[in-house]
Amino acid sequence: MNPTASTDVVIEVAYVIATALFILSLKWLSSPTTARRGVFAGEAGMVLAIAGTLLYHGIVDYKWIATALVLGTVIGIPLGRVQMTAVPQRTALSHAFGALCVTLVGTAEFYLRAPNVPKFMMAVLSMEVILGSLTLTGSLMAAGKLQEVLPQRPITYKGQNFVNLSLLGIAIGVAVLLILDPSRMYLYPAIVVIPLVFGVMMIIPIGGADMPTVISLLNSYAGLSAAAMGFVLDSKLLIVAGALDGASGFILSVNMSKAMNRSFSNVLFGAFGQEQISTAGGKEEAKPVRSATAEEAAAILAAANKVVIVPGYGMAVAQAQHKVRELYDNLTKRGVDVKFGIHPVAGRMPGHMNVLLAEADIPYDKLLAMEEINGDFLQTDVSLIIGANDVTNPAARSDTSSPIYGMPILDCDKARTVMVIKRSMGAGFAGIENPLYYLDRTLMLFGDAKGFVGNIVRELSGGGHG
Amino acid sequence: MKLDLMSSLYVFMLAAFIGFEVIRRVSPLLHTPLMSLTNALDAIAVVGAIILAGEHKTTLATILGTIAIVSATSNIVGGFIITDRMLKMFKSSGAKKA
Repeated sequence: MNPTASTDVVIEVAYVIATALFILSLKWLSSPTTARRGVFAGEAGMVLAIAGTLLYHGIVDYKWIATALVLGTVIGIPLGRVQMTAVPQRTALSHAFGALCVTLVGTAEFYLRAPNVPKFMMAVLSMEVILGSLTLTGSLMAAGKLQEVLPQRPITYKGQNFVNLSLLGIAIGVAVLLILDPSRMYLYPAIVVIPLVFGVMMIIPIGGADMPTVISLLNSYAGLSAAAMGFVLDSKLLIVAGALDGASGFILSVNMSKAMNRSFSNVLFGAFGQEQISTAGGKEEAKPVRSATAEEAAAILAAANKVVIVPGYGMAVAQAQHKVRELYDNLTKRGVDVKFGIHPVAGRMPGHMNVLLAEADIPYDKLLAMEEINGDFLQTDVSLIIGANDVTNPAARSDTSSPIYGMPILDCDKARTVMVIKRSMGAGFAGIENPLYYLDRTLMLFGDAKGFVGNIVRELSGGGHG
Repeated sequence: MKLDLMSSLYVFMLAAFIGFEVIRRVSPLLHTPLMSLTNALDAIAVVGAIILAGEHKTTLATILGTIAIVSATSNIVGGFIITDRMLKMFKSSGAKKA
């Protein structure tokens, strides 16, 4: 065997092992006890694959590669060290980086090969570049909204879906022309630029509460574009990694859309926002609500046997998770059974609440998913809602006229006492009234989440037990 | 060429099925780290960019490849660091007492 051929074998073997390590990496992520081993497997696979690639005989110049690897590492380290509260926007940003890489490689490959591009190659290359470009700008927009450098309010206008679908349609049309005749090289920029515009337009109508679905969907697009790149480069490793990422994003998108009771086609076409019928029409007459002070709340909590805390995005905004941990510690010490009920779309990305609560040192076996905890509410003395609204709205179960009718919710209203920490009686994200607040068993605790939980903790540790 | 295409399709299909089965089992607890981990793994696209930048076929390809390496590497490094940081925080009540 000549040296070149044997190096090629080494590279291929490295890729095969890397592929296996990637699959193991995700498999080990199934449980928190093995998850860190999963990260290690992923890192090992990555190092192996990159080292193998560097052996490739076609590489004539390492100068740029080395510079770029160093620069990427320098940018990557701070991105890995962001605050936990900034994880949603970091994730969106990393989808943008991934998409940028794929789009640039696709573009370079096109100009290297054109006009002699086989039809199938041109088809997957178009898919790679279209998905890559729209994910690039879409993710940047999502990151901007999450970081609040862009307005978070959804912006909608008449015919929005028509404009968006036309843009996508034109991009696909141009791609078809290119597939039929790849020598029309002047058309190529269109399949980059139009999806770039589409990516921006797609995210304009998205509001904060839709972000978990959008981030999952962009994740899926990023994975599929990488898999398409694998077809173009004939790299099985890339096809597998892209397919895994695409599958992951797809599963999360389906989970999120189910948790919001949106149809999947609604999600697939990025047509969010359109179902947010503003129902906050005029019904402002003051219905009686019962409010309570921190002292009263502390007394009820201290007397309870079983408490379920339901956190939402409001907890993240108020940075209340560490105060919540103090409350958890205090109640647990008194022998109160405290658990957390977490709705799949609570927060701004899948699993957002779990990460924040784990950061605050709350053991993960106390963090229960909606379907695990819902049966427990009947035996629960107090459900304490911190910064969550629509995911606790019982109208979703019973009121067919409600815009969120059919959405699975946490059955907080079935607990003996419901406490809601809320700034004011203002309506929630979609302007939907929450009848939970007017129940006889509900106590409204008006105030800032962090401040109010802090006051309860102070009452608990000051009063009685000292 | 045609055979390669078919085997690529087979690989894609099998990987998608494995992906569904493996990822379905990931606890919802870990959905945020799942996303950052798959994102880091996805950045394996860097191998394509490395070849592009290293082969030096055209100036355009070298420039685009170099930028692509930078963006993919930042995902690899950042993605693994943050995933590990997040996973380190997940402790069970048993482990806490120990």
